[in-house]
Amino acid sequence: MLYGTRLRALSIATLVTMTAALALAFFYAPMDADQGFMQKIFYIHVPMGIVALCGFVWGGINAIQHLRTRDPKYDLRSYVAIHLSLILGAGVLVTGSIWAKASWGHWWVWDEPTLVSFLIVFLLYATYQPMRFSIEDREKQARYASVFAVTAGAFVPLNFIAVRLAQAYTHPRVFATADGGLPAKMQLPFYLSFLGMTLLYITLWRYEMASKNTSAKLRSLRRKLAGDDAVAPAGRTAAPSLPTT
Amino acid sequence: MSARATEPASSESDEALPEPRYVPLRTAVRALLRKELALELRAPQAVPAMALFSVTTLVVFHFALQRGVVDGDLASGVLWVTLLFAAMLGISRLFVADHEEGGLDGFLLAPTDRTALLVAKAVGLFAFLVALEVVAVPAFALLLLGPSPSLAAYGQLAVLLVLADAGIALVGTLVGAIAVQTRTRDLIVPLMALPLLIPVVIAAARGTSPLVLQGGSQGLEVRWLFVLGLYDLVFGLLAYALFDFLIED
Amino acid sequence: MILAQTTNALPDNTGYVAAAYLVFFALVLIYVVIMASKLARFERELTELNDLADERFGAGAPASRDPAPAPEEPARR
Repeated sequence: MLYGTRLRALSIATLVTMTAALALAFFYAPMDADQGFMQKIFYIHVPMGIVALCGFVWGGINAIQHLRTRDPKYDLRSYVAIHLSLILGAGVLVTGSIWAKASWGHWWVWDEPTLVSFLIVFLLYATYQPMRFSIEDREKQARYASVFAVTAGAFVPLNFIAVRLAQAYTHPRVFATADGGLPAKMQLPFYLSFLGMTLLYITLWRYEMASKNTSAKLRSLRRKLAGDDAVAPAGRTAAPSLPTT
Repeated sequence: MSARATEPASSESDEALPEPRYVPLRTAVRALLRKELALELRAPQAVPAMALFSVTTLVVFHFALQRGVVDGDLASGVLWVTLLFAAMLGISRLFVADHEEGGLDGFLLAPTDRTALLVAKAVGLFAFLVALEVVAVPAFALLLLGPSPSLAAYGQLAVLLVLADAGIALVGTLVGAIAVQTRTRDLIVPLMALPLLIPVVIAAARGTSPLVLQGGSQGLEVRWLFVLGLYDLVFGLLAYALFDFLIED
Repeated sequence: MILAQTTNALPDNTGYVAAAYLVFFALVLIYVVIMASKLARFERELTELNDLADERFGAGAPASRDPAPAPEEPARR
C-alpha cells in the first residue's frame, strides 16, 4: 500500500482547517469571562490532547490487527501512531503547563485530573521505545510491542476514570459558562480546531509511513542492484521495518 | 506432566502413536503452582528479599520524612509506596528462572493451554505478595503507624490488600513476561509497571486513609473496592487475551 | 485587541498564549525539518542507485535522445 498518495490533499485540508480554526478562535470567539485572553490556549491544547489519546488507541487497534494477522505492516502502523501521539502528548503537557502557569501561577497543578491522567499515560508510553529497543529479535520485538500497545490502549480509559475519581474537581470551566455548556461562538473554532488537529495527525502519520516505506523499498532496490553485500546490515533499532523482498 | 504421552513406537507407522492426552487446565495450573511455591520454599529468594526491602524502606521513610509516627493520608501513602516498590522486586524475578533454565520451553511442549502458566504465575505472585504483607504490614504498624486501628479496620485493610494484590499480580505477570525477554529487564519492570498500577495506588491509598486516622478509624468507602474490582476485571481479561502471544517460540 | 482585564489573571497573558501556540508550531516545524533530512537522504540514495543501475544495465543510450522515454519495466502498480 502506498501512503503518499493523498498526502498533498491532506496537507492542504489540514492547512485550511487549522488556519480557519485559529482565525476564528482569535477573531470570532468571544473572550472567556473567567480566564480572559489566556483561555485561547484551550483551542489547541484540548484538541491536541484528544487527538493524542485517540492516536494511542488507534495504535492499540493496529496492534490487535498485528497480533491477529502477524502482518508486519500493522506493527509499523502501530509504531508510527504511538510515536506521533507521544510527540503530540509532549506538546499537550507543555501547553497544559503554560496554561496552568497562566491560570493559577504554578507550572504544574495536581488539581486537573485530565492533565494528571495525561501525564501518567505519557509516562507509560514513554517506555514503548526503550522496550522495543531492548528486544533484539525483530519478530519478538514486534509481537511484544503489540501486546504492550494493546495493554496501554486499554489502560487509557481506565486511568482517566481512576484519576477523576481520585479528585473531586472537574476539569476547569473550559466547557462551562454560566449555563454550563460551551457557548456557541466558542464551539465552532473548537470543533474546527479538533478537525484540523485530526487532519494534522493523519497527514503526519501518512508522511512517516511513506517515509518508512520508501526507506524499505530503497533498501530492497539496493539489494537487487548491488547484491546483498552492499546493503549495510540492519543495526539494532527500536523502529520496525517493513520486510524487504 | 506429559509423561504419559510417550509410548514406545510400534513397528507400524506414526499414526499408531496415541495422541498425547490433553492436560486439563486445572491440573496444569495446580502442577505449575506447586512448582512455583516449592521452588520458593526450597530456596527462598523473592519473598525474603521483598520483605526485607519493605522493612528497610520503612526505615528510610522514617528518616526521609523526619517523623516518628505517621497517620491518615501520610500513613496510607507510606504503606502503599512501600508495598508497591517491594512488589517490583518480585515482578522482576517472576519469569527469570523459567527463561534462563529452559522451563518456558519445556512448558511450551506440554499439551496444555498456555493460560495455565498465566494463572499459575499470577496466583504465585499473589501468594508472594500476601507473604510480603504478612511481614510488611505489622512492621509498618510497629515502626511508623501512630494510631492503632481496630480489628475491624484491619479486616477492611485486608480486603483492600486482597483486591490490590490481585491487580498487582495480574499486571506483574504481564509486565514480567514482557520484561524477561528484554536485555534491560530490571529497568523495564518498574518503568512499565508503575504507571499501569497507578489506579491501584489511587484506590488503595484513598481507601486506606480513613482506616489509619489519628482520631480513630472511619469506615472504608466501598467505591474504592469497586474501582479495584473493575481494574482487576479489566486486567484479568487483558492478561487472558494477550498472554499467549508472549509465550510463543 | 487586548482588552483591559479586571480579572485576577496574570498581567502578561498574551505572552503565555503566544508561548503555547509557539510550542505547537515548533512541534510541527520540527517535523518539517526531520522530513527534509529524510528527503535529502532519499534523493542521495536514489541518485546513487540510479548510477548503479546505469553501470549494470548500460547507460540507456537508445533512450537518451527520446524526449519522453518509455518506462523500461511494465506498469508497476
